[in-house]
Amino acid sequence: MPSPQFHSPETVEQASALLAANPQARVLAGGTDLIVQLRSRRIAPTAIVDIKRIAGMSGIRAADGGFAIGAATPCTALKDDKALAAAWPGVVEAANLIGSVQVRNRATMAGNLCNASPAADSVPALVAAGATVLIAGPSGQREVPAAEVTSGPGKNTLAHGEFVVEIRLPARPQGGGDAYLRSIPRTEMDIAVVGAGAALVLDASGTCTSARISIGAVAPTVLLVEAAGAALVGSKLDDAALERMAEAVRVAAKPIADKRGTVEYRIAMAGVLAKRVVEIARQRAEKA
Amino acid sequence: MGKMMISATINGDAQQFLCDPAATLLDALRDELGLTGSKEGCGSGDCGACTVVLDGQMVCSCLVLAAEAEGRKIATIEGVAEGSELHPVQRKFLEKGALQCGFCTPGFIVASKALLDHNPDPSEHEVRYWLAGNLCRCTGYDKIVRAVLDAAAELRQETTTQRVSA
Ligand SMILES: Cc1cc2nc3c(=O)[nH]c(=O)nc-3n(C[C@H](O)[C@H](O)[C@H](O)COP(=O)(O)OP(=O)(O)OC[C@H]3O[C@@H](n4cnc5c(N)ncnc54)[C@H](O)[C@@H]3O)c2cc1C
Ligand code: FES
Ligand code: FES
Repeated sequence: MPSPQFHSPETVEQASALLAANPQARVLAGGTDLIVQLRSRRIAPTAIVDIKRIAGMSGIRAADGGFAIGAATPCTALKDDKALAAAWPGVVEAANLIGSVQVRNRATMAGNLCNASPAADSVPALVAAGATVLIAGPSGQREVPAAEVTSGPGKNTLAHGEFVVEIRLPARPQGGGDAYLRSIPRTEMDIAVVGAGAALVLDASGTCTSARISIGAVAPTVLLVEAAGAALVGSKLDDAALERMAEAVRVAAKPIADKRGTVEYRIAMAGVLAKRVVEIARQRAEKA
Repeated sequence: MGKMMISATINGDAQQFLCDPAATLLDALRDELGLTGSKEGCGSGDCGACTVVLDGQMVCSCLVLAAEAEGRKIATIEGVAEGSELHPVQRKFLEKGALQCGFCTPGFIVASKALLDHNPDPSEHEVRYWLAGNLCRCTGYDKIVRAVLDAAAELRQETTTQRVSA
């Protein structure tokens, strides 16, 4: 295997020019997927573009009342940002389920998203929270919902020369709460068999005015299940509403069977996890 | 692309080494710099035997490209003892029998020291979660956890004594 070129550009423009110039080039963020794939020869890029030295690519800033998270920000840094962790605990917790401390000190949410594993842990949380992604490329910048970045296992929708520069989260709404849970056979260091995210808004009477429910590892991409959210809106999250929500989740889930779980198990668990995650989001919304 | 010349600070010393652009930091440490304390157990981020501290954060050196190290500070197992004076974590590993074959030990020591550097008083639960990325096939982990908790207690003692005598 010939050695790839290694680039560490210092501006977004340089990075996208390098990516545009070579269709075989790959972005390097934390490398926790890329370097594994490189070493197992699953990929053989002819150039590696390390985005970590681009100014402003690491770190979290306040933006439009919400948050702009640089694409090279490692997951552990999310936890250290008190304002972010208070506003979107579900997103921060989901990102900090990834791997070990060693892995999370490198792994980024943008890498988790772009790598496009159906089981990526931070993605259902981002999708539920209504995160958007700022993408830079040769023809400028565009902003898309997080759910639109992936199109199938290992496939993302970025055009040639494009890369993610920032993940944006809105301000936490009044009465809002979010959460993410995954089911794994161990307590740490495993891949989700099923994942579920929820972001709710409750009014002063406890009535749900908005709900976004997402599921992971049960379809080729993470899914936003609109019917599940709709089943909760207008309710006080009573058992009947929760059961309608869980049924919508089970209908949307189209898992595969593998060594981690059967189709039937994953569908049933998607409903169970969705109920649990809504309960945590509810508790957070009530405290908000 | 030919080899790259990388300059980095390793265990406090300015160092230069040559690397292939696809080589990992672990390869460079072991093969170019002769620092063979960091081990390759898996090469895929699962076992932690290659743990080093990169700009203050512990990482798997098998999942860092050597080329990324340009201008960075790296601390490896070789820098943990001060000369022949073992770090309390190392001493407690010996005293408590927290190793058998020893292959995982450099990674556990670097990771445990990283924990105690930022959390001098971890609970057993915190120690176990912190070390979830370090695998040991021999000890069953319990003696490792005890060694880390004991080292933490001793280090806290040391800081109190220093404060009193200062
Ligand atoms: C031991 C271990 C355990 C793991 N456990 C989990 C887990 O529990 N849950 C989980 O979800 N994942 C897990 N992972 C996978 C991985 O850590 C995550 O997917 C991580 O978030 C990837 O981020 P990264 O910054 O390391 O990405 P990289 O490896 O740098 O990149 C991943 C892919 O995305 C592309 N990319 C990265 N950043 C951008 C960008 N800004 N724009 C465009 N493309 C980009 C790269 O080219 C590459 O194709 C684990 C990995 C390891 C090694
Ligand atoms: S060798 Fe790096 S984690 Fe196993
Ligand atoms: S002592 Fe043998 S692997 Fe840990």
